[in-house]
Amino acid sequence: MEIDISAQMWAAMVTCFSAVFTSNILLTYFLGMCPFTSVSREVKTSIGLGFAVIFVMTSTMAINWFAYHYVLVHFGLEFFRFILFIIIIAAFVQFVEMVIDRYSPRLYQNLGIFLPLITVNCAILGASLFMVIRDYTFIVTVGYGFGSAVGWTLAILAMAGIRQRLTLSRVPPGLQGPGITLIIAGLMALAFIGFTGVLQ
Amino acid sequence: MSSVIISILVISSIGAFLALLLVVSEKFIANYGECTIDINGKKQIQVQGGQSLLSYLTQEEIFIPSACGGRGTCGYCKLKVKEGGGLLLPTETPFLTDTEQKDNIRLSCQVKVRNDIFIEIPEELFSVRQFTCLCSEIVDLTYDIKLFRFKINDSDQIDYVPGQYIQLFTPIYFKGGEEVYRAYSIASDPVDKNIIELIIRLVPGGICTTYCFEHLKVGDEVKLNGPYGDFKLSDTDAPIIFIAGGSGMAPIRCILNQMRNTNNKRKATYYFGANRVKELFMLDEMAQYEKDLEDFRFVGVVASPDEDEQWQGHTGLVTEAVEKELKNADQCEAYLCGSPGMIEASRKVLTKLGMSEDKIYYDSFG
Repeated sequence: MEIDISAQMWAAMVTCFSAVFTSNILLTYFLGMCPFTSVSREVKTSIGLGFAVIFVMTSTMAINWFAYHYVLVHFGLEFFRFILFIIIIAAFVQFVEMVIDRYSPRLYQNLGIFLPLITVNCAILGASLFMVIRDYTFIVTVGYGFGSAVGWTLAILAMAGIRQRLTLSRVPPGLQGPGITLIIAGLMALAFIGFTGVLQ
Repeated sequence: MSSVIISILVISSIGAFLALLLVVSEKFIANYGECTIDINGKKQIQVQGGQSLLSYLTQEEIFIPSACGGRGTCGYCKLKVKEGGGLLLPTETPFLTDTEQKDNIRLSCQVKVRNDIFIEIPEELFSVRQFTCLCSEIVDLTYDIKLFRFKINDSDQIDYVPGQYIQLFTPIYFKGGEEVYRAYSIASDPVDKNIIELIIRLVPGGICTTYCFEHLKVGDEVKLNGPYGDFKLSDTDAPIIFIAGGSGMAPIRCILNQMRNTNNKRKATYYFGANRVKELFMLDEMAQYEKDLEDFRFVGVVASPDEDEQWQGHTGLVTEAVEKELKNADQCEAYLCGSPGMIEASRKVLTKLGMSEDKIYYDSFG
């Protein structure tokens, strides 16, 4: 099989761009809402969580691509992808957390502490499943994983910025906390619809 | 059939491989070797590093208050880490004030022991232990206050200073519930070192009080740890003013028992505030203290007695009664126990009457 690398790279970049803007995993598919609502109180922690998501999503998707194509497809066990992806993600995150914790306290403080939070996150698993459904090649998969995670980070950063300002405004008691956050997420999703059509 | 076997084999071997990888890496990467935890420069504990500080201290039976079980959500397990605690984590900052952060206060459940570590904890926490007890008696005091008597198992004993409190363990008793610890003052007689009595008021929706009122039965096993707190009778001869309503009577009753045991001759007056006459309790026992103690007076104050209750004593707020009766406030000491609002109001009245702030001791339910 001949692979046209440059065409692949181009496809990966387009997929990456679309994953950030036109089909943002958070604001279009509403995956990864749990940390999005609970850890978006401060910009600083959102950045930490965002980087953790970027790292974990990109690398687990690369691993999952190999596991899917060289193990599951080989044995004809595609239907097991849910379980396989989950255990790979969980084991990988555990492993990385252990390494960071041991060798880089500074990185652990900024990034490692967030890793367990996103281990069983649906955005991470969802991206891996999309990769299968859409039949991405390896390079496109990595581009898609990176783009989705950057898009997720962008969304949580925007939300954290809004919520920091929100602390100064009067929110009706019944809507405080998750309530108003979900409403804002809906409005942000509407705004992101504006990006549809940028890519044909 | 063969596909079933293949799928089981493939998935379980991948799972086993990943598990093995984690176990091996944990052995080599997360191996921090032997670390020393130095407590107050007096006690050293040797541990295999890698777990949280709180878990090592619990293993050593040093009970740091913690309500969430080390998940970093309650913020109770604060202690001072002088050296070796590593960087302050983002999971801790929401629970620490700026001064505490400067003071090297950390949440012990979030601090991981990776090297030798030097910590400071209040001395009295050393005597804190866990006790397993049997609930031996439950007495109705009013419509929403009960007295619970617990007998400590195996002829074990608890040493406490009257006025201190314990933390009662609440198991999961409804689906989706969680295990919590709640603090209650000891109300028993300090002579009985294997008896703990608690006076508990039912808080609607409260996790622990609902458990005590609706699920706990005589003969049940309960766990508690303690003692905690520095609310206690001072060593002076100054006349005492107790102010406490409802379940706030608990530490006062314990102190009164202590005064009776030690034949303490200090003058003491206990102002007990209630809304209705039916909220007064243990009146017989208070009358007995009046007989037994040299100079003790119990003053019930009822805010709004019903007409058919025929109340003869003070009416109005407990603070108004104190204001009316107390003449020599500047020579007295006050011991308050109750809600933050009641304590604040009492402190205001007492300082207005001339008592200095450092003579007012209180135990706030917070």
